Amino acid sequence: MREMIVKGIRIDDTFAEAFNMRATAVVITADSARWARQAAVTMTGFATSVIGCGCEAGIDSELSPRDTPDRRPGIRVLLFAVSTSELQKQLQNRVGQCVLTTPGSACYAGLRGEETLKLGSALRFFGDGWQISKRFAGKHYWRVPVMDGEFVCEAVTGLTKNAVGGGNLLIMGGSPRTTLAAAEAAAHAINAVPDVIMPFPGGIVRSGSKVGSKYKASASTNEAYCPTLRGAVKSALGPEIGSVLEIVIDGLTSSAVAAAMRAGLAAMIKLGPKRGALRIAAGNYGGKLGPHHFHLKDLLR
Amino acid sequence: MKPLVLTLRTDPDERLDLSVLVPHRLSGRTADEIARLELQTGRQRVTVGDIFRVRGGDSRYVRIEGGTDRFDQVGQDMTDGEIVVEGEVGSQAGRSMAGGRLVINGDAGRWAASGMRGGHIEITGSAGDRLGGPLAGEVTGMRGGVVVVRGDVGDRAGDRLRRGTIIVEGRAGAHAGSCMIAGTLIVRRAAGPLPGYLLRRGTVVLAGGCVELSPTFLDCGVHDLIVMRLMAAFVKDYSAVAAAALRSPLRRLAGDMAVLGKGEVFCAGA
Repeated sequence: MREMIVKGIRIDDTFAEAFNMRATAVVITADSARWARQAAVTMTGFATSVIGCGCEAGIDSELSPRDTPDRRPGIRVLLFAVSTSELQKQLQNRVGQCVLTTPGSACYAGLRGEETLKLGSALRFFGDGWQISKRFAGKHYWRVPVMDGEFVCEAVTGLTKNAVGGGNLLIMGGSPRTTLAAAEAAAHAINAVPDVIMPFPGGIVRSGSKVGSKYKASASTNEAYCPTLRGAVKSALGPEIGSVLEIVIDGLTSSAVAAAMRAGLAAMIKLGPKRGALRIAAGNYGGKLGPHHFHLKDLLR
Repeated sequence: MKPLVLTLRTDPDERLDLSVLVPHRLSGRTADEIARLELQTGRQRVTVGDIFRVRGGDSRYVRIEGGTDRFDQVGQDMTDGEIVVEGEVGSQAGRSMAGGRLVINGDAGRWAASGMRGGHIEITGSAGDRLGGPLAGEVTGMRGGVVVVRGDVGDRAGDRLRRGTIIVEGRAGAHAGSCMIAGTLIVRRAAGPLPGYLLRRGTVVLAGGCVELSPTFLDCGVHDLIVMRLMAAFVKDYSAVAAAALRSPLRRLAGDMAVLGKGEVFCAGA
């Protein structure tokens, strides 16, 4: 495989292969930023991969009170799934179990669009007949009585069918410590990019997978990138690589994913090979499965 | 944008129907054609030109200079554009309005905003009885839009309100929000007796309290609700003083239990 050397870091001439997904967004507010974040973290727990979790979800951004409907601190959460029905199910369950239950919380649409998913319209039945509908300025809210007052929830939120899932960066370093430092720098930079999430813990995943398994499983460890198997399998790693981590990116648009990958690459290049990554690559399936190809060489321009 | 200007020449001898003077009905007409439009409600023919001096302009913006309480149905069925009246108007101003903006820099008579479906009405003076209410035989009153009255309103403001928001910066007469089906009525100063009479659903906010509340409303305590912040954020674009009144904790009274009882009256200092 051809490669480029940028400031001492080897960049593979390859691309990340990504897929179309359905996505939605909600804004969660609470009396304090702490409780808004608590609701968002709880709602986005166990949402790392559609394979085992039903959806991929994460925090997009923190919102100041002046940017939220009720002028309280807020968090914007993005959810991605492979079908509209699964996304609706995940949204309803997660907001119902994790946001409705959080003290002082409220939940609003985080995305506007012609197509919508039910939000408060699905959760209002918790009110058992005591729920109240209110409409202001073309928006529809449901007020559900709860034990600390009312849970206010916008009736619907937007749905996009142009979302992109599976943007990724493979980060290879000399040791677990330097590799993690590079991945953390990339994740930190990507956090500032709007309309994207990194669904894995802290934005980083160590268990990159391949399709299929010798057992009855749809995915299994990607042994080509496991440094402890370098001598035993057809490895993709050179002798200088001691650890590999991956960042997976889902975005509301293809351009958002590209911007996130660009930000991650720039952050790792700035960190340099001594403290961070020796080599950066991206995962793909030969380009035949996903319609979105993010070439690393294009993202360096 | 230069508006179409209608300047009052003389007070009319009879009540007039001004519903023809709305932007979508004036579109494409010359000043002369507009002057020939009929306004009479009786047998004697009265044209726009008899009552007003017409100065041509963009008919999406209509300015009526001078008013009288005999000008009925100003802005009726209006769908877009803007009408500004410098003076008072009669009954049914903004009746069945669907869009656009109607500004009355004066008082309005009874049934202002009756059957309104959308748009924005601002009355800088006071409004008569049954603001937003239905005419006889109609099931529902106002069904959408926003009405702001800077002064006081008469009895039964928001009668059978189905949807939309009415903001009264002054006082309200008796039975404010009577028979409301949904929607929101905000009264900044004191309301007369029995507000929310036979209220089914909907929200009545009495920031200045009321003279007498029906015993069929049940006290649910004082609360500082998130929905009031949403309402305040929406209302402040129309009335800063009404929005400020929503930012304090208010006592919630559920009712009217004489009927469905799914409505609520919020009272300050009750």
